[in-house]
Formats: sequence, structure tokens, C-alpha cells
Amino acid sequence: MAWNALLRALRAGPATVALAPPDQADIDELSARLKASSLRKLGRSLAIRQVDSGSCNGCELEIQMTASVVYDLERFGLRFVASPRHADVLLVTGPVTRNMQDALLRTWQATPDPKWVVAIGDCAIDGGVFKGSPAILGGIDAALPVDLVIRGCPPTPAAIIAGLCALVEAHARPDTMPRTREPRTREPRTREPKAR
Amino acid sequence: MTARALILDAPAMQAQPWPRHVLSPETWTQMSRALITDTTLDLRAMWADTTHVHALLHDTEAADFLFASVPVETGLYAALSPARPGAAWFERMIRDLWGHHPADATDTRPWLDHGHWTATPPMAARPLPNLAAPEPAEFLTSVGDDLHHIAVGPVHAGIIEPGHFRFACSGETIVRLEVRLGYLHKGTLGLLRGKSPRVGARFAARLSGDSTVAHSTAFAHAAEAACATAAPPRAASLRAVMGELERIANHLGDIGAIAGDAVFPLLQSRFVWLREAMLRGCAAAFGHRQMMDAVIPGGVAQDLTQDGSTSIHDVLNTIQAEWPRLLALYDDTASLVDRMQTTGILDPTTAARFAPGGFVGRASGQAFDTRRNPGHAPYDRLDVAAAFSDAGDVDARVRVRLFEITESIRLLRILLDELPTGPIALTLPIVSAEGIGWAEGFRGDIWHWLRLEGGLVSHAFLCDPSWRQWPLLQAAIEGNIVADFPLCNKSFNCSYSGVDL
Repeated sequence: MAWNALLRALRAGPATVALAPPDQADIDELSARLKASSLRKLGRSLAIRQVDSGSCNGCELEIQMTASVVYDLERFGLRFVASPRHADVLLVTGPVTRNMQDALLRTWQATPDPKWVVAIGDCAIDGGVFKGSPAILGGIDAALPVDLVIRGCPPTPAAIIAGLCALVEAHARPDTMPRTREPRTREPRTREPKAR
Repeated sequence: MTARALILDAPAMQAQPWPRHVLSPETWTQMSRALITDTTLDLRAMWADTTHVHALLHDTEAADFLFASVPVETGLYAALSPARPGAAWFERMIRDLWGHHPADATDTRPWLDHGHWTATPPMAARPLPNLAAPEPAEFLTSVGDDLHHIAVGPVHAGIIEPGHFRFACSGETIVRLEVRLGYLHKGTLGLLRGKSPRVGARFAARLSGDSTVAHSTAFAHAAEAACATAAPPRAASLRAVMGELERIANHLGDIGAIAGDAVFPLLQSRFVWLREAMLRGCAAAFGHRQMMDAVIPGGVAQDLTQDGSTSIHDVLNTIQAEWPRLLALYDDTASLVDRMQTTGILDPTTAARFAPGGFVGRASGQAFDTRRNPGHAPYDRLDVAAAFSDAGDVDARVRVRLFEITESIRLLRILLDELPTGPIALTLPIVSAEGIGWAEGFRGDIWHWLRLEGGLVSHAFLCDPSWRQWPLLQAAIEGNIVADFPLCNKSFNCSYSGVDL
């Protein structure tokens, strides 16, 4: 009878047996494999925030072209985003002017870790023709840790995309995650304020 | 006495092509007052050196140019901003760079100096160490019920140069926009000192990258004027070829971007595609997509490549083949034209007070074009047709630029077909003299002034057209909605780097 079978089952308790917890070593290994394969498959995409820290706007013109219908940056998994808070990469042009230093540093701080900094153009490397001007600090590495440099005055859209694609390849390898580093500290201004 | 008479009566110093009249501080003050009623004199540029303040004026009635200076004896000179509102940004820049204070100026707030420099004023004979901590910027106030403020920048959302925009809004309507620039100040004028014109040209080429040919040409003209020489005819024609190519490339890119801001990607894609074709044509003809450093004092750095002329003609053919369809697409897309018309109106009366050059001026009743007046080779043998409108809205600026593209194509065909033979550069003599040079960039009139001592630059000023266009963007945006700002801004497309120096 069905009623008797039901009562017997209730009295006997559940038939499902308890299992031992999974081995921690197995979890670690599996999660590492998952991370590597997801980075390989899903990590081929970078969100880019462009920052002009003192350029003449020549580099901006060619960076704009990379996003155009002609070069179509998005087919490589690269796209420009409007906020540093959504970015993996800061694409920085120009020497770092003293007047832009604060804004550049704040943009960097607003970018979540892990992040890459790409210096675009000859000015971004060491100040370019503006090297030695008292109004600039120098190249981008005078203010931020730089991961990649793309040369040119300005670099062509093709050169910019080639550099960024190299970054995508590096990003898809778990052993080359960007390091989390601190930017150069600002010059201390300890002197007494001057009377105006 | 009229301002013109006051200037012409003052003793003249040797300068090319116009003598520099050095007014006494009293005469300068009288001249600054006379300018209030003498509306025929337009201020085209204003700058300084360690001892004098200089102004370049255009007499629209006599169609000539007046170059006036005043010695700054006690750190003060009479401001021109009460008579010419366009002088205000120049005066703030002169104060920050050279330390000359404008008396009775309409605006005395700092401009390029954000308080981060180590020595100020950087261009003065003896800068002092700057020990003060930077102070927050002071903005103009807007008073009214329920006004709210939107602060944007210096880092913008797009791929553009940095600047800070302060909007005071009533609901979605902009009541006042104030622009704060200076973030890109690289000390270009200071770097020019002690350089030969040939080396200095690299800085002129990088004042505003999108106008690299035009700025290099104005710089070369200034150096050649000082040396009382002229580039060989072939070099002059090649410069004009490069200048017109640069104009077309920028107009194409900007009109495409305007269409993009009005959310019409079809037109944007076509214009950007044509721009890319143009840049490739430039690379094929001159070895560099932007033709940077191609124009040098004394001539041009390299000749047109063997197939260069064909490459350029090919690109022009491509543009002309597609042109009627693109114009029809613009005209027939009501949703696009609706965004453009009556948006961001710069009325001719306001424009006249600032005398803006370029398409900003030409769309608001100002016909000024340096290719026509004062003119220079080879434009003196080409009859440049100038577009003209007084509608002053985004649509008018776009249409002026559309016209300028077709006119530049016409000029390019003539220039390439009648390219003179001969040398492409000459060596400039070593002189101690000063000269003014100009060029018509895609934005408008560019003025460069150089004083050479023993063949080296001792003082210089590079004036971008944006100096007199930025303040007008502020005026044109009043009463528009915040959502139309990108469209209005792109229709002006002022240079940040060009005015940040």
C-alpha cells in the first residue's frame, strides 16, 4: 500500500548520504584553471580611458581615428569608455604639464586595479620637444608607472592598435597581470607660503 | 584724435612688414579710450615681451594693419579690454606670463597660471620662486532662482583636450558657461627663446597639432619677414598645397564629428572615411599624415613625392564624386538639420565685438580671411572665394565649412597644375630684426611674431585663432540646452593647446 510505504520512509529518515567536504587543493587547482581559461577566452577585452596630459592634440586626432569606421578598434576587443572608473587602460598623451598633474593623478586613482598605463606619442615618453621646459614634469613616467610606450609624432592609428593588441595578448596571460604600483610622489612643497 | 592717428603719430621701430609704433604710456592710454568709439579697428592679437606690451590691429576701413607697443614702466599699462572684450584673455595671459598688469581691465583673474609653476612670471626678466600653495579657481557668479551648476573636466568623457567647463543652468537651459583653460601650458614661448628659427619651427608645429601646417607656415613667414626674404615660389606653392589639404582634412573630420554628435552615424562614417583618405593622400605626397615639420623657415623640408600630385588628385576625385550625395544627405535629413538650425547662434553684433576669424567669423558676418588680406604668396595670384553667412548657428558654421572644402579643392587643382619649378628652400641670413607672419589655418587667422637677435629668437608670440573664438562659444551657448553643448562646442572646435601655449 502506498500509505504504508510513505510512513516507512518517513520513519527511516532520508536515504541521501552525507559527503566529505571537497579537498582544498582540488578547489585551488580548479579555480586556477578556470581563471586561466576565462582570461584566455574572456580576457581579450580592454576598456580604455584616454587622458590628454599636455599633448598638442595631434595624438588625439589619430586616437580618434582608431575608433572610426576605418580602423574599428572594437573588433579587437578594445573600446573607449567615458569614465576612468570603467577602464582597464589609461591611454595617456603628451608630456605631463604641471597644470595637469593633479587631474592625471586623480584619473589614475579613479581607475580600478588592476590597470595598465599606455604612454602614446614621443612627448609622452620623455617630454619630446618640450623636454626641459619648467612648465612640464617630463614624460608620463614622471607621474605614473608606465606599462607600454607607443612611439610616433603622432603614432599612426595602425601603430596605436598594434600596441594595444599586444596589450590584449599580454592581458590574456595570467602571468602578466599588471602590477599594482604606486605613482611617483609629488614634489614636496614644504617651503613657507610667500606673502602676497 | 582717432586711435589710428595716435598710433601712426608715434615713433616707428623697424619691423616687417609693418613698422612697430611705440606709444608712450599716456598715448597708449588715450588710444585705449579712443578704441571705444573707433569701431573700425579690430584687435587681432595682443602679447608682450619683457619690457613692452604689443597689439596688432586691423583697420577694416583702410584695410590695413597697425602694430602698436607700449613700454611697461611701472608694471602697469592701460588695458584694452574695456574697449575690446576679446582683449581680456590676452591681458590675463600677459599678466601670468610676463607680469605686466593691465590697468582698468575687465577681468584680472589668473588664466594660464594655476599656481603650480615653480617660478613666476615665467617669461619675466627675473622670475621669482613661487612658494605659495595653489588656490582654487574663482568663477563668475550667476544669480537667479533655482540655478544649478554643472562642472565638467578638465578630463572630458571623449577623446579631446582637457579644459574645465562651468555651466550655470536653469532646468536644462544653460544660463552661463565659463571656460577655464591653461591645463596644457607647456612653456612653448619660453622654449623658443635662444633657438634658431629652424629649431623653433618644431615648437610652432606643435602649438596645435591639428593646425601644424598653418602654424609652421605662419612661423616661417615671421622668420622670413624678419630676414626680409621670401621662400622660393615652389616652396610657397607647396605650403599652400599642404595648408589646403590640412583645411580639408580638418573640415571633413569636424563635420563628421558634428553629425556624430547629432546622432547621425551614416554621415559621420562617410566624412571620417574621406578624412582618412585625405590623410593617406598627405602621407603619400609628403611622407606624413599630418605633414608635421614639413614647413620650415626658408621653404619646405622636402619636395612633393614623384606620385604625390597624382595621389592628391585621386583623393580630390574621390571626395568630389561623393560630394553631391553627401550634401543631399545632409539637406534631406530633417532630424539632422533640425538639430543644426537655430542651435548655438552667435549673433553678428557679438561677433563684431570680438572679430573672430575663420568659419566662426564667416558664419556670423565677419568676412576676414588672411589669404585675401593681407594676403601672401601664392594666394595673391589665386582669387580665393570666401564663404559668408550671418545666420551664426551650427548649421551656418557647417555650411561655411562645406563651402570651404569645395573651394580648397578648386585651389588645390590650380596649385598642383601650376606648381613652379626651382629650389624648395633657401638658407635664412643671420639677422637682428623682428617680423610678423600669418597664415589662414582651418580655424582662422594665425599670427606669429618673432624678434631675432643674432639669428636666434629672443622673443616670440604664436597666436592661435581660438583666442577670439573661445569667448564667443561662451556667448553662443547661452539659452541652449545642456544636451546641445557637444554639438555647439564641436561646431566651434576651438583649440585648447593653441591658447594654452
